[in-house]
Amino acid sequence: MFQVRIHGRGGQGVVSAAEMLSIAAFEEGKHSQAVPSFGSERMGAPVVAYVRIDDKEIELREPVLEPDLLIVQDPTLFAAIDVFAGLRDDGYVLVNTSKTPQQLGIADATNQLPDGHVAAVPATELAMHHLKRPTPNTVLLGAFAAMSDIVKLESVFKAIQKKFPGKIGEMNVAAAQAAYDTATAS
Amino acid sequence: MLKQIEGSHAVAEAVALCRPEVISAYPITPQTHIVEDLGSMVKSGEIANCEFLLVESEFGALSACIGSSAAGARSYTATSSQGMLFMMEAVYNASGMGLPIVMTVGNRAIGAPINIWNDWGDSMSARDAGWIQLFVESNQQAVDVHIQAFRLAEQLSLPVMVCMDGFVLTHSYSQVDIPDQKQVDAFLPTFEPRQLLDPASPVSMGAMVGPDAFTEVRYLAHHKQMEALELIPEQAAEFETLFGRDSGGLVKSFDCEGAETVVVTMGSVIGTMKHVLAEMRDEGISIGALTVRSFRPFPKETLRDLLKDAKRVIVFEKCLAVGMGGILAMNLRMALKDFPIRVHSAIGGLGGRPRPITRANLRRMFEKGIRDEMEEPHFHDIHMDIVERELEREQAQRRSGSIAENILQDVGVVAAAKTI
Repeated sequence: MFQVRIHGRGGQGVVSAAEMLSIAAFEEGKHSQAVPSFGSERMGAPVVAYVRIDDKEIELREPVLEPDLLIVQDPTLFAAIDVFAGLRDDGYVLVNTSKTPQQLGIADATNQLPDGHVAAVPATELAMHHLKRPTPNTVLLGAFAAMSDIVKLESVFKAIQKKFPGKIGEMNVAAAQAAYDTATAS
Repeated sequence: MLKQIEGSHAVAEAVALCRPEVISAYPITPQTHIVEDLGSMVKSGEIANCEFLLVESEFGALSACIGSSAAGARSYTATSSQGMLFMMEAVYNASGMGLPIVMTVGNRAIGAPINIWNDWGDSMSARDAGWIQLFVESNQQAVDVHIQAFRLAEQLSLPVMVCMDGFVLTHSYSQVDIPDQKQVDAFLPTFEPRQLLDPASPVSMGAMVGPDAFTEVRYLAHHKQMEALELIPEQAAEFETLFGRDSGGLVKSFDCEGAETVVVTMGSVIGTMKHVLAEMRDEGISIGALTVRSFRPFPKETLRDLLKDAKRVIVFEKCLAVGMGGILAMNLRMALKDFPIRVHSAIGGLGGRPRPITRANLRRMFEKGIRDEMEEPHFHDIHMDIVERELEREQAQRRSGSIAENILQDVGVVAAAKTI
């Protein structure tokens, strides 16, 4: 079972990201579960959502306590909460930032992870460019596909288009493609 | 057809397949996405011959269903938490009048203090209201049980509440097999009302019944629920034949036969429990579980039969009868009253606290139960230091203030909210 924890703030589409990731896994014939952590929903408040992906039915309903991969949609959260809590020793971290781990003050945590397991993508900038809105969620899903072999980029595209049919979906697909290209080039 | 969808949306699709004729809803928190999705399905024509009524309150929502059901229309609504309390007078009227309405309850806590999260406080507040109450474990079961609920309700002329854990199920995405219309039509016949408001043949419904006949009306309400004890398993068996899935029924055993210790619970928490129980059984511990799927009627005989050889039972529930203890535990003890079985009562996960129902903490609770060291009732994963601090405050001063506010200060929520 592969477990993902997505951190962000209200308004950044954390819950939608989890839903789309679960749809992408489903598109590949896998079982998947997406669950928001149900805080009081308000713009700007820290939000967490969980995704589990497996080859068999998923019955586990506890929060993801030991994630294989973290998606951090807002790097200011590193100062507010323990984002790394429970991350597996061989885990992955994907951060929406144009800064280095040193600049973010998280190098102590990220240095312990294997090479190539930490990725920084300027997702908000890519979102502003492609969507004219600062919603980094679909962008980061493109980077997710580049970083892990859990879901293919095409499945992420299908999931985005299911969630956002039409023009909005196309714009988000373009943003995810750009993030994928950025992540694979670096 | 397999779909990766939200629990609420899955329920909306299931309800749509049941060809509802009136859906009435008050679509403001506390609500789920169910009625929102149904609203768009009615608007788009995906659900034909259906009136979607946007009413002024939850009381209005169920009252409208009472009217439409009495007029012979298959009627549906959904609610949650405080919304259900606001319709409570209509809840009793629907069952008292024997109207086969189906209502989803996305189970959430009842305030005060305000809390929007999952527990069973809402459904439990109506446990004696005369509705059939079916609890589901997964979103697949939620779909399947709604289809069965309409048939059961109409066959008995009684309303049915389908209880599904709020957020945990209603807001989670998972793979759900949505049946096709043909399958559902083969299982669910058209609604033949037992009583009907018809201008051509006027009757009065909901008339006053004095002391001379009230007991008999109540007796018959109880009698009908006892009939449901036969019907629910029959229907589940037929459903399984047609749809190829074991869904519904009165109870579900998870290796409880022959186990020394049996955990009894309801709803979605069994999913996580199964992992813990499998691990414990692998270590040679004799432990199993069962979920009560029909809470009303309460399947006393079935439970007696399944639990007769157990040494002890650990009841875990997300609700509390204040001043008494565990509600499910109380019901189960009555069912097992003449058996030499220890029944431990554990309460946890109130107001949506996730920590008690992690694998590690569930295991801790089961082990405490196996050692027969549970206080009565056992509040699982309670922070007694916080409780004691409040009790000390109350001891120290008359004007100790609001308990909820004090405790928020103690746990740091108020302070944290200012800094984040």
